[in-house]
Amino acid sequence: MSEPTANRLLVNPIECSGHGACAELLPEMITTDEWGYPMVDGRPVPPALERDARRAVSACPVLALRLVPAEVAPEARTGRA
Amino acid sequence: MTSPMTSAAHDEPWEEPLDPTARGVPGDGRRAARWLPRLLPRGTDVPEDLRAHVARYGGPPYRGAAQLLVGDVRAAGLTGRGGAAFPVHRKLAAVLDAARRSRYSRPVVVANGAESEPASEKDATLLWLAPHLVLDGLQLAAEAVGADQAILCVHAHRGGDVGIALRRALAERDGAQIDKVPVELAEAPPRFLAGQETALVNRLGGGPALPTFVPPRVTERGLGNAPTLVQNVETLAHLALIARYGPRWFRAAGTELEPGSMLCTLRRADGVSRITEVPLGTPLCDLLGGRDVEGTVLVGGYHGTWIPAGKAAALTLDSQSLRGAGASPGAGILITLPPTACGLAETARVARYLALESAGQCGPCLNGLPRIAGALDELAGPRPRRRTVEDVQRWAGLVTGRGACHHPDGTARFVRSALIAFAGELGLHERGRCSATSRKWFLPVPADPARTEEDWM
Ligand SMILES: Cc1cc2nc3c(=O)[nH]c(=O)nc-3n(C[C@H](O)[C@H](O)[C@H](O)COP(=O)(O)O)c2cc1C
Ligand code: SF4
Ligand code: SF4
Repeated sequence: MSEPTANRLLVNPIECSGHGACAELLPEMITTDEWGYPMVDGRPVPPALERDARRAVSACPVLALRLVPAEVAPEARTGRA
Repeated sequence: MTSPMTSAAHDEPWEEPLDPTARGVPGDGRRAARWLPRLLPRGTDVPEDLRAHVARYGGPPYRGAAQLLVGDVRAAGLTGRGGAAFPVHRKLAAVLDAARRSRYSRPVVVANGAESEPASEKDATLLWLAPHLVLDGLQLAAEAVGADQAILCVHAHRGGDVGIALRRALAERDGAQIDKVPVELAEAPPRFLAGQETALVNRLGGGPALPTFVPPRVTERGLGNAPTLVQNVETLAHLALIARYGPRWFRAAGTELEPGSMLCTLRRADGVSRITEVPLGTPLCDLLGGRDVEGTVLVGGYHGTWIPAGKAAALTLDSQSLRGAGASPGAGILITLPPTACGLAETARVARYLALESAGQCGPCLNGLPRIAGALDELAGPRPRRRTVEDVQRWAGLVTGRGACHHPDGTARFVRSALIAFAGELGLHERGRCSATSRKWFLPVPADPARTEEDWM
């Protein structure tokens, strides 16, 4: 099975309403753009941040943020490419 | 008696010339394999009927079971001709794989003839002249992935005559019982996004022609949750010929890395446009009409890249060569802007169109594209502020890779390339001047933006 470190954050930009709640909980990996939408670090989530990442995911009011195995995350949608 | 269904899969075309007019032409078989066009019948502007089609190619060479065609498609190195050049065999394999896992629903194949790019005419031309080649490809792809349903989707407005011709072609095939899988003819609304594959699947499922979030990919869970293969109509036509003549034949045209040929829509500076089929790797100067062509060339349409003609003339039509100029062959659109037009004004007008065509579903796209369009309007006018270029660059960066579809990415590439290619023009505008001498717009832009939800249906 995939190791926890292989997970990446993925935003569904159709669902995301730019609350920015995720960025507050995981500033190491999520910042917001000038319109308030999250820019997510597309690299694998380091083990030390895995817990915070899960908290950010559950804090999203519209379930737009997900933690997915790396192979599921399309490369283009990292927000920092 | 040979029924069309049993024709050999690997007829070498030089024994059975693709083009009747090629008969008796001196030269060995390998030369024959390179003869183009492969897809479009020559010297006619009416649809090729089933009888003529079968006389030329034989019937669709069914393999008799799923999966059997995948190896040939892989060996041929066929990539998608709808713009993204994705390897076809990998999509076939993904659908087969998903079908094996899902068990509930059989796969669906969708032929994408939406041709939503306003500057492109190659798909409509192919569907008009050689409908049976596309329909053969659709059947063969359906067999290859074990689909029990096939849909051919065409652009609603431009499709008037094409739609009638396709209905006739489908009736002919019905009569000849040549198809294994029933084909439904559908229309995509005349929206730029309608041809994007998740938007197309969304529409075919009864929803609006708006993209949906990936994952799941449509190959995994598409129309009615079935594994869905979406291929451009030209891709399917190539597939139909690979099934007949094999990978070696296909590779006789094109480059080692990017084999085969592709249809191109060429729009010359004098306003004349034509559809042509050329091998991948063709020097752009051959397509543009010589090395000393002037002006600026748009390679790849409205998600494409502006390149100064002099520089473009040294490139070839393949990703390898074009990558260096930040471009790709895309769906084969090449437009030469006349020196009488202002590249910035033309770009601004298209950028506005692209912003209006954004579905507005994703925050960065909803916010970024209209701002980019507004900034370009300013750059297209007299004495723009200096920081406006920086704004465009920043916004282009902010929208890239952050939408549910690649519309913002393509739009950003298009406008960024304009800032480079038209830097000289920008300098003029900063001094309150403009080089344009014609007041007529050059690039085709549809007049009617979507206003209501109905416009996406
Ligand atoms: C905004 C947008 C518009 C598109 N329009 C078309 C189209 O009109 N026709 C088409 O074949 N592909 C279009 N595509 C590409 C499709 O999403 C998809 O990649 C293609 O149909 C797959 O077929 P192919 O691999 O045979 O090219 C579009 C993509 C985007 C992002
Ligand atoms: S919390 Fe959810 S809705 Fe809010 S910005 Fe983050 S992903 Fe978007
Ligand atoms: S990226 Fe833009 S065009 Fe694509 S789905 Fe999102 S809002 Fe629509």
